[in-house]
Amino acid sequence: MSDTRPPASRFGSNSGQSFTRRDGIAKVTGTATFAADNHPDGLLYAVYVPATIARGRVSHLDVAAAKAHPGVAEVITPANRPMLDGDPESKGFMFAFRFEALQDNTVRYANQPIALVLGETLEAATEGARLLNPQYEALPARVGLNGDTPYKVEVGSFGRPGQTVYGDVAAGHAAAVQSVDLTYETPEQYHNAMETHAVVAEWQGDHVTLDMPNQAIVMSRGAYGYYFGIPPENVLIRSPYLGGGFGSKAIPNGPTVLAILAARMTGRPVKLMLRRDQMFGPVGHRGATRQRLRLGIDAGAKMTVLDHESLATTSTFDDFVESAANASQGLYAAGALRSAQYGVRVDAGTPGPMRAPGEASGSAALECAIDEMAEKAGLDPLEFRLRNYAETEPGTGLPYSSKALRECYLRGAERFGWSKRPMQPGQMRDEAGMLVGWGMGTALFHAPMFAAKARAVLRPDGTGLVETAAADMGQGAWTALAQIAADSLGLPLDQVEFRSGSSDLPDGGVAGGSGHTATAGGALHAAGSDAVRRLADIATADPASPLFGAGNAGVTARDGRFFVIDDDSRSESYADIIARAGGTEVVGTGSAARTPEDAGHHAMYSHGAVFAEVKVDPELYQMRVTRLVGAFAAGRIINPKLAESQLMGGMIWGISFALHEEARFDKRTGRIMNADFAGYHIPVNADVSGLEVITIHEDDAHVNALGIKGVGEIGVVGTVGAIGNAIRHATGHRIRRFPIRIEDLLHAALG
Amino acid sequence: MSFSISLTVNGTPREVTLEDARVTLLDLLRERLDLPGTKKGCDRGQCGACTVLVNGRRINSCLALAVTLDGAEVTTIEGLADGDHLHPVQAAFIAHDGFQCGYCTPGQIMSAVGLIAEGQAGCDADRIREGMSGNLCRCAAYHGITEAVLDASRRMGTDTEGAAA
Repeated sequence: MSDTRPPASRFGSNSGQSFTRRDGIAKVTGTATFAADNHPDGLLYAVYVPATIARGRVSHLDVAAAKAHPGVAEVITPANRPMLDGDPESKGFMFAFRFEALQDNTVRYANQPIALVLGETLEAATEGARLLNPQYEALPARVGLNGDTPYKVEVGSFGRPGQTVYGDVAAGHAAAVQSVDLTYETPEQYHNAMETHAVVAEWQGDHVTLDMPNQAIVMSRGAYGYYFGIPPENVLIRSPYLGGGFGSKAIPNGPTVLAILAARMTGRPVKLMLRRDQMFGPVGHRGATRQRLRLGIDAGAKMTVLDHESLATTSTFDDFVESAANASQGLYAAGALRSAQYGVRVDAGTPGPMRAPGEASGSAALECAIDEMAEKAGLDPLEFRLRNYAETEPGTGLPYSSKALRECYLRGAERFGWSKRPMQPGQMRDEAGMLVGWGMGTALFHAPMFAAKARAVLRPDGTGLVETAAADMGQGAWTALAQIAADSLGLPLDQVEFRSGSSDLPDGGVAGGSGHTATAGGALHAAGSDAVRRLADIATADPASPLFGAGNAGVTARDGRFFVIDDDSRSESYADIIARAGGTEVVGTGSAARTPEDAGHHAMYSHGAVFAEVKVDPELYQMRVTRLVGAFAAGRIINPKLAESQLMGGMIWGISFALHEEARFDKRTGRIMNADFAGYHIPVNADVSGLEVITIHEDDAHVNALGIKGVGEIGVVGTVGAIGNAIRHATGHRIRRFPIRIEDLLHAALG
Repeated sequence: MSFSISLTVNGTPREVTLEDARVTLLDLLRERLDLPGTKKGCDRGQCGACTVLVNGRRINSCLALAVTLDGAEVTTIEGLADGDHLHPVQAAFIAHDGFQCGYCTPGQIMSAVGLIAEGQAGCDADRIREGMSGNLCRCAAYHGITEAVLDASRRMGTDTEGAAA
């Protein structure tokens, strides 16, 4: 057990220390309870029946056959589905998406639910679902980026602008002495958290308890309350652990709502766990993109124009257009800057936020285009990026709240050995004869805050209790947020109990946008500080205390005691102060959100630089990433070990984007041909070696009170381009479609 | 028709009567024996989240029908620690941060325990990466997983070369 202990020396602060995960023992012993691990008495198992066409209508379901199967308890179809109070076609609240909950017989994409079967056992429900044997009237499916006529996006995902122009773009093009005009493509990708979406729903009167993985625990109460016509406080969501989320577990979806409805209809608890193949449809994905980048430079290789257009797929019935072109905002200085988004409607489920939405796809194209421009200018890719370094945010002219990108470039390059890189491609081979290539990419991710609340209690024994409904999907919220709270209470980490992951706690905000530690952490910090201030008031006003008369501002809190500033001999423990004051716990509350004034004065981003080495077989063109060095500047890092793990995970997502992941649609049927882990490839352990992360400290007085940015998504950004550029450097071939495949290189080589 | 089988699960004899021949070992453990530590990730042997030891060997429990395992000895993640004393592989996963969300972790750990027991791990990181590649991790905690298995393998005294298949 000694391995699970924190470092012995704390240097007075919990934050900044690499504590191991507080949920570690639960997770390595199998006692961490994920949603589908719950098993209330009287449970019914639900299996949803997925459509096997992409467009049309269901003409027949053999309900009698399904019901006749032993153990099948109920079959729900549009013919007998009880009414919902909130229409799934409405957008009745912020971030609402339209979804299919058996409102009619229409099929809008493959894998949408067309029926729900309930069984006394999972086996019976599964067989009942098969026996429904659906018949369809199918229409031709619209598939891919050429599936329909593009439309111009005025308001993009999350309300971001669809069209942004700074400066005179035409003049920028005209002023260029050299230019490139390049088109890149990225595919549909599916989140595929290892834990598929699951819910165990149990009603008691007009109250419902939902065990489900959820990235937006308190906000979701309102959403489910809306669909079921009950007040938010009647919905209890328990989500102590999420088996991965990546953006897909924040928004209600059809199968989950149907399972909750089934529990109300039958009066019994219902468990639904999506099958792996059912993850490819109703629970969001990253849309495909085609991006055109036109860059121009002047005689000094400074960009006169950075003109980025993106076309992305969305569904026929809702809007979520990947804001890929916006990745060119905020990063490079250019005389003129244009980001223009277009959408195309296809017969697929609606896309949604997937780890680094917009930035991942946009950066993949941008960072390759930057390299292509640098190569045309005859400049080293790093030198070219430094010449176009933005000292203030391009377009707006706002100062950055902090920006240690230059240090990221230099430290990363030094660690990687970038200065030894030959300019020309195809110059390096290893001892086994493999082609070796080096490439780089810049990473940028905005540093948002949402809104959160928290409660902190100093208990009579001097220990602390803090509460906020945060979500830990693997980032380490159970640990890092507790570290922040412990510091705010002036207590060692092991003296603080942290309650989280349940909707009956104060709103911890959304675990998304890489803003959760800043937001929930900010609220915990405020609540803890409030509790400490209240206790200090009590102590310094009490003539019996050695702190008497020091004044609230005259004492400091650490290790469960107050000390008079500059006089350590005058101190008293929290427990003694509370005991003398009557033994009542002291309660503090706090909240956190960024004010519009703060947001308006600075541009706030995390930054990074990623350097990649690839080795490519000169005959077979098999590609492997053999080294990946990422240097990131993301404000103050609360737990270096956990931050490094998250950044590495993001970089491996970059490997996946560059070389592995792609949903392949059958153009005749509109169905995904590789909707499982045999066909939809993600990196395995053997695909990953030589990973290094460097974090560069930033003191940021503007981003929030704690100086925290985020690390959850930025690891993906920059990495994809770095790998694409490394493959160009190894082989001399530029592939402008991701993932880069062996056949792409063979085709380029053989002509 | 019902089927009766005898299993030893984590050292405890269990008499199981199954009303249904379609029940997999994974669903038996999770839904009938109150052992939900073993996880379902794909239900078709492609992700390794459901890895358990059957008679000391690693298997995907989603691919094994329970009725075929009469007399088998099954070890799951719940049976690995000795009371409060973690198995060296469990301790190493915590120390090296070999997980993030923790969902694939029971399968990763059972796979690592099997790998080490079979003499397939040694102190060779490449062999460990290869041997652990049947266990997907979408958080991509692979760096920590490899370090954890290396460390545990050394601590368990299997760092002498040989014993390879």
